[in-house]
Amino acid sequence: MKYMMFICHEPEQLEEAVAQVGKDDGAWLNEMVGRGVRLDGNALRPPNEATTVRVRGGSPLLTDGPFAESKEAIAGFDIIDCADLDEAIEIAIRHPCASVGSIELRPFWQ
Amino acid sequence: MTGHDVSTEAALSRVFTEEWGRLVARQIRLTGDWDLAEESVQDAFALALERWPRDGIPRAPAAWLTTTARNRALDVLRRRQVEAVKLRQSAQFADRLEESSPSTAIEDDSGIVDDRLRLIFTCCHPALALDARIALTLRTLSGLTTTQIARAFLVSEATMAKRLTRAKSKIRNAGIPYRVPPAHLLPERTAGVMAVLYLMFNEGYAATEGDALIREGLCAEAIRLARVLARLMPGEPEADALLALMLLHHSRRDARTSPSGEIVTLEHQDRASWDRVAIEEAVALIAARDDEIPQSGPYRLQAAIATCHATAVHAAETDWAQIARLYGQLHEIAPSPVIELNHAVAVAMAYGPAAGLALTDRLVADAVLEGYHLLPAVRADLLRRMGRLEEAHAAYQQALALTGTTAERRYLEGRLRETEGG
Repeated sequence: MKYMMFICHEPEQLEEAVAQVGKDDGAWLNEMVGRGVRLDGNALRPPNEATTVRVRGGSPLLTDGPFAESKEAIAGFDIIDCADLDEAIEIAIRHPCASVGSIELRPFWQ
Repeated sequence: MTGHDVSTEAALSRVFTEEWGRLVARQIRLTGDWDLAEESVQDAFALALERWPRDGIPRAPAAWLTTTARNRALDVLRRRQVEAVKLRQSAQFADRLEESSPSTAIEDDSGIVDDRLRLIFTCCHPALALDARIALTLRTLSGLTTTQIARAFLVSEATMAKRLTRAKSKIRNAGIPYRVPPAHLLPERTAGVMAVLYLMFNEGYAATEGDALIREGLCAEAIRLARVLARLMPGEPEADALLALMLLHHSRRDARTSPSGEIVTLEHQDRASWDRVAIEEAVALIAARDDEIPQSGPYRLQAAIATCHATAVHAAETDWAQIARLYGQLHEIAPSPVIELNHAVAVAMAYGPAAGLALTDRLVADAVLEGYHLLPAVRADLLRRMGRLEEAHAAYQQALALTGTTAERRYLEGRLRETEGG
């Protein structure tokens, strides 16, 4: 099963999240890559640097900023491929950012 | 021939209670399809209802139902293959079904084989919403209909149907495994399963609203499932303790309300109407684990408290000091304001109302139980016993404003009148 892990936190938690990742020093990443469960992932620039695109009536509509105003924003993502939700939960629990914001696990459609 | 029909129907209903969960659990393992599993088992019972009165009850009713359900599911899977729907998957499951014999059992990591245990752990998976866990357990393990579950939880049938569908589709699409969790997850998940069963029981027992008969059914079902869990997990002392705890509460079901529907407090209950058989079973369950360590699981402690009540011949002989001690221990391992309140009640009974009242002061100051009618109700009783009738009167009024059930309102109104003009 493939899951998208959305790493979410509030903008003011950025420093704390960076500190956690620094403390982890690549341990989570190395282990998950070594286990063959982490396929891809990255950190994302903050939501105020986002551009939202919509097409309405055939014309593109651009907005500066994220698609939804919310307290927490997606700060990064990891794509994992593992046996089942229990394994995905175990992987998410150990992610360095889990103790700062939250991690949403979304199964792939197929 | 009516007599014959009645006995067949009674037999069928007994087999339904005993076998439904096992049959559905097995079909899910073999087909991986929750809806197909439920439908094929339902069809098997429908066919039994048609055939058994005519042909007689088969010598091995469970095996008859297993085979019939299996054949039903095979038909559907074969048809799907013809229609090329989910072709490869259907073929694979059909083969697995065909190869299965009623005795097929696959061991999990934990070495436990009963399919019902897989089903119970999956239904109670923490990634599902709590209300969905209870509903799904009642549907798949107990065989309650969506209508019955909706009525028990006071929601519309459409809402309940949606809740069940959503839970099943999450299990399928989010990859919730159909298995007994591996050893490192087992303690946590087992506690989760027990919490769901106890919540189910309390939903029936607390009877905040709704049809009494349906509520009573929920209690009975929770007890039945706790019994199954205890039997399937002999190494888990808390499973026995949970069953004992439910039995002890349930033993008082007939004594809890008067014929006119008023609440009868423990103190005033007719102890002769307590269910002695249930109490004896519970006491034996606890006694059988007496030498085991640890002794202090949350259900074990609660069952010990309930035992103190159940074995006191008269209310006056209740060992309140022991109960206060047990609540103290319980609060240490599972801190909660409700337990603190119960502790205060026990302390009041053992050492006088002033000692109890002092303990409730902290709960009032912390405001953690705001909106919970039993806090002012307890304080009212303690104040009344201390002769502080004016304060008691105010507290009864406060409690009355917070309670929802007719029976509790009537009880509090009675007390309120006693403290009037005081």
